[in-house]
Amino acid sequence: MPTQSGIEYIGLSRVQGPLVFVSGIRDVGFRELAEVVDASGRARLGRVLAISEDLAVVEVFEGTVGLSASRSIVRFLGRSFEYTVSGDDVLGRVFDGLGRPLDGGPLPMTGTSRDINGLPINPVARIYPRDFIQTGISAIDGMNALVRGQKLPIFSGSGLPHARLAAQIVRQARLPDGDEKFAVVFAAIGIKHEEARFFQKDFETTGSLKNVVMFLNLADDPAIVRLITPRIALTVAEHLAFEENMHVLVIMTDMTNYCEALREVATSKGEVPSRKGYPGYLYSDLASIFERAGRIIGARGSITQIPILIMPDDDITHPIPDLTGYITEGQIVLDRNLFQKGIYPPINILPSLSRLMSDGIGEGRTREDHQNLSSQLYALYAQSKRVETLAKVIGEEDLSVHDKRFLKFSVELESRFIRQGHHENRTIFETLDLGWKLATIFPEKDLIRVKPEQIRKYGIRKG
Amino acid sequence: MEPKPDRKSHNAVILAVNGPVVKIAGAYDLSMNELVVVGSEKLLGEVVSLYGEGATVQVFEDTTGLKPGAPVWGLGLPLFVELGPGMIGHIFDGTQRPLSVAKQETGSFIGRGRTLEALDRNRPWNFIPCVAAGEVVASGQVIGRVQETGHLVHPILVPPNLSGRIMEICTERLCTLEEPVARLADDRGKIQDLLLYHRWPVRRMRPCRERLAPDEPLFTGQRVVDFFFPLAKGGAAAIPGGFGTGKTITQHQLSKWADADIIVYIGCGERGNEMAGVLQDFPKLLDPRSGRPLIERTVLIANTSDMPVAAREASIYTGITIAEYYRDMGYHVALMADSTSRWAEALREISGRLEEMPAEEGFPAYLASRLAEFYERAGAVVTLGGVRGSVSVIGAVSPPGGDFSEPVTQHTKRFISTFWALDKDLASARYFPAINYLGSYSAYVDTVAGWWRQKGGIDWVDLRNRALSILKEDARLQNIVKLIGEDALPDDQKAIFYGARLIREDFLQQSAFDAIDTYAIAEKQVWMLQLILQFIDGMREAVSHRIPVYRAMRLPVIEELHRMKSTWRGDDPAPFDAIRERIEIGITGLLKNEG
Ligand SMILES: Nc1ncnc2c1ncn2[C@@H]1O[C@H](COP(=O)(O)OP(=O)(O)OP(=O)(O)O)[C@@H](O)[C@H]1O
Ligand SMILES: [Mg+2]
Repeated sequence: MPTQSGIEYIGLSRVQGPLVFVSGIRDVGFRELAEVVDASGRARLGRVLAISEDLAVVEVFEGTVGLSASRSIVRFLGRSFEYTVSGDDVLGRVFDGLGRPLDGGPLPMTGTSRDINGLPINPVARIYPRDFIQTGISAIDGMNALVRGQKLPIFSGSGLPHARLAAQIVRQARLPDGDEKFAVVFAAIGIKHEEARFFQKDFETTGSLKNVVMFLNLADDPAIVRLITPRIALTVAEHLAFEENMHVLVIMTDMTNYCEALREVATSKGEVPSRKGYPGYLYSDLASIFERAGRIIGARGSITQIPILIMPDDDITHPIPDLTGYITEGQIVLDRNLFQKGIYPPINILPSLSRLMSDGIGEGRTREDHQNLSSQLYALYAQSKRVETLAKVIGEEDLSVHDKRFLKFSVELESRFIRQGHHENRTIFETLDLGWKLATIFPEKDLIRVKPEQIRKYGIRKG
Repeated sequence: MEPKPDRKSHNAVILAVNGPVVKIAGAYDLSMNELVVVGSEKLLGEVVSLYGEGATVQVFEDTTGLKPGAPVWGLGLPLFVELGPGMIGHIFDGTQRPLSVAKQETGSFIGRGRTLEALDRNRPWNFIPCVAAGEVVASGQVIGRVQETGHLVHPILVPPNLSGRIMEICTERLCTLEEPVARLADDRGKIQDLLLYHRWPVRRMRPCRERLAPDEPLFTGQRVVDFFFPLAKGGAAAIPGGFGTGKTITQHQLSKWADADIIVYIGCGERGNEMAGVLQDFPKLLDPRSGRPLIERTVLIANTSDMPVAAREASIYTGITIAEYYRDMGYHVALMADSTSRWAEALREISGRLEEMPAEEGFPAYLASRLAEFYERAGAVVTLGGVRGSVSVIGAVSPPGGDFSEPVTQHTKRFISTFWALDKDLASARYFPAINYLGSYSAYVDTVAGWWRQKGGIDWVDLRNRALSILKEDARLQNIVKLIGEDALPDDQKAIFYGARLIREDFLQQSAFDAIDTYAIAEKQVWMLQLILQFIDGMREAVSHRIPVYRAMRLPVIEELHRMKSTWRGDDPAPFDAIRERIEIGITGLLKNEG
């Protein structure tokens, strides 16, 4: 995009929601950055969303409240939205949702400017992720293992402890070669002050703050900024991972707020919506964020993403969790029932999944029995849920001995394996041993997904 | 791809930009589906509508920075692919840009602007002619061969729209794609150079002499597919399912083990890591038939979800045209498209930006006809060159919320004959393949029965029917069990209930990650099911003699039924014979003790 024309356009031909329409424009490019200066002289940042011969549609990140149609001035900046990255001096810093310092420190000035939209990673350049990350949480490590370079979201519900869980993961996540450089990029997207403060406190108390960079767009900050925040965060993450060779964990919360901002812009523009008013390109748009996780050939670092989203109405088929699940490499699903039973973390393992697990575990990575054991526990737990339903119909007493065993198993799995303390950090071997202890409530003939040798080796037989 | 110098660059200019859709003014000379180069960034696009002096173009690259007023050039040809040796083992984007070359040129991230040729112009191929000067050749006829990979011979064909007399043909020698290997006087006497490659417009089906009814199975080594819901070579299948139910793994399994000569795998709007996984695994895995690395029979098209959406729309056409090209050489090609829903969404996005009137759920009204066109390009044929070849198409469908009543699944169902319905509950219990046998179907059962009969006189139809009828009966019992518990069933029904469980868990369930179980040869499939049915029959007979069913279920041989799939490959019948004997002994033992 050639340089700024220097022309100022006075007046807006229309203002609609977060959008302003500027006519009579010349030499303006698609997605070019713009400044809309209001009557008081304050400049608000925006971006060209569509352009025709002499009309530009500009989305104004900080909103259009108080803009006057006649007295606003628009300048086009001759470039797309860029962010400057250099070295690792962003670590320990706090920025707002547009990447401006909130901590009194300087704006990153020297370095390389990167388009915050990034570029697609060439699939040929990707390294298939397969390095197990131990989170110390059994329901994850044992059943839905996370690997370096994976994108594994937490699907939560309002009031559920996703923040605690994410903080615990950040605290405990260990790599086999534990001494490599790591960093945490935290993007708050429309969350409450309280929640942002919780994370900040947690990073502080564990002393990891010096490895964390935070971008904060809070609930009362301008909504359209949310379209930018995760992209700045990922631009910084890419720099740290692929140029500074760090293992970067990116926490983005709450992606539901992001999607709502996208919907607001799309509706104002008058686009044909698909499901629940969300634009038809929500999938591609989310993919342009989530696909920025991974590892690439020639760089030692990695980007692991743990996005958090609140399922509206706890509904996993809502377009936001649904499309996310279609893009990410699995999901950790939190469950209100488990939460109400007092189980932390309330991870419902049945709808949870880690697609990269099978390649990241096993002999030489975790343990040779890991895959089979987890599959066995899944089968038993799924069956025990069916038995629970049956017990509700015919009453527990009328269940067969065999079925009663399933009821016991379900209780044990939830209260001993899934449940653990906020600061309880289990090794993968502790997790697997615990799993065996529970599986071997059943006689060997019921354990057909594990090998007889494995039962003999790891199974803990009673009496 | 540079604008052709001989073509007058008309005064076409950009009028408006809206994402990947660009409106153009002054488009007098452009025609529908013509390739254009847009703006100073020289981005490649395709004309998708024409009106008066204007045109609309979908641009295959990111349009950031495009400005109204910037020039547009027509290339005078429609979106095409280059067809020739050098595709196997390679990975291309949705418009056939070679991604390995792109990596060398722009690094780990895909940049814009493109001058990349799809096929390597410098690589020499050893051409062996098989016709002589003076011979008259028809469209699609073989004029010579090159060896494309370790075991794949690549016949060089007269392009479909050309025929005539060979004026000149080179002797066996190394030549690159740039050098003509023959000259032909076409039917109008015009002299044409024949190269090792030619171009073909992707949106047009390559012609064949005759379409045939499919008559043999695409054998996959996946039991639920081969035994219950087979696909025929030249048939079309859909595999719908919510996220995480196993569409991709199933397609990977088919790409690995299906008995096709060539696999075309299209990652259409899906994950980059999945493509990286294929690139990493396929060179190491061996094709069970040829013993050669699987990558040597595979062409990959990757337009991942973060790559431009218009190129995603093009990707399935690029893929199927390549598949048809290998079909025309007389090969059996299997094409996987993961996922057709992402393709349909690309169509929807472009259509929305064109401000077309939406039909169902925002999809354009022509969704169904586009799907039909795509699946119709599957088929078993007699090629123009007179040999048999086929393209089988397997399309993944990703219904929103896993609900099959949505438009893409519904329309797809009209154009396919094999339907593998994936089930969320099965997947969450980690029961894989999570193909729900009650919701799935295949219209090729009669078609493939003959093939199984030839495999040593096995009555596959009978085995299949017996197993299916037990499963159907069981489905009815399941509803009762939900209300009263399995213990309350009478013993004869319990025998069905347990029998069905054996079929499900010991036969149908098959792990893609188990070194042995990942692929089952036909004989092993038959033996496994025969043993399970033998056991079930025995159990039922015992019950008819008032022997409690639990006693049959406690026979030690049952353990062997559980473990046979991951213990033996099936190249040796002995272990299966041994189990057969032990079942016999066990059941006779039960009957004798009672009698
Ligand atoms: N045949 C199989 N054997 C073992 N595991 C399987 C099998 N099929 C699927 N899985 C498991 O299910 C997970 C999800 O499968 P897959 O990635 O194929 O789902 P998908 O339907 O393609 O989902 P999406 O629509 O999100 O791409 C896999 O990571 C794997 O763990
Ligand atoms: Mg998939």
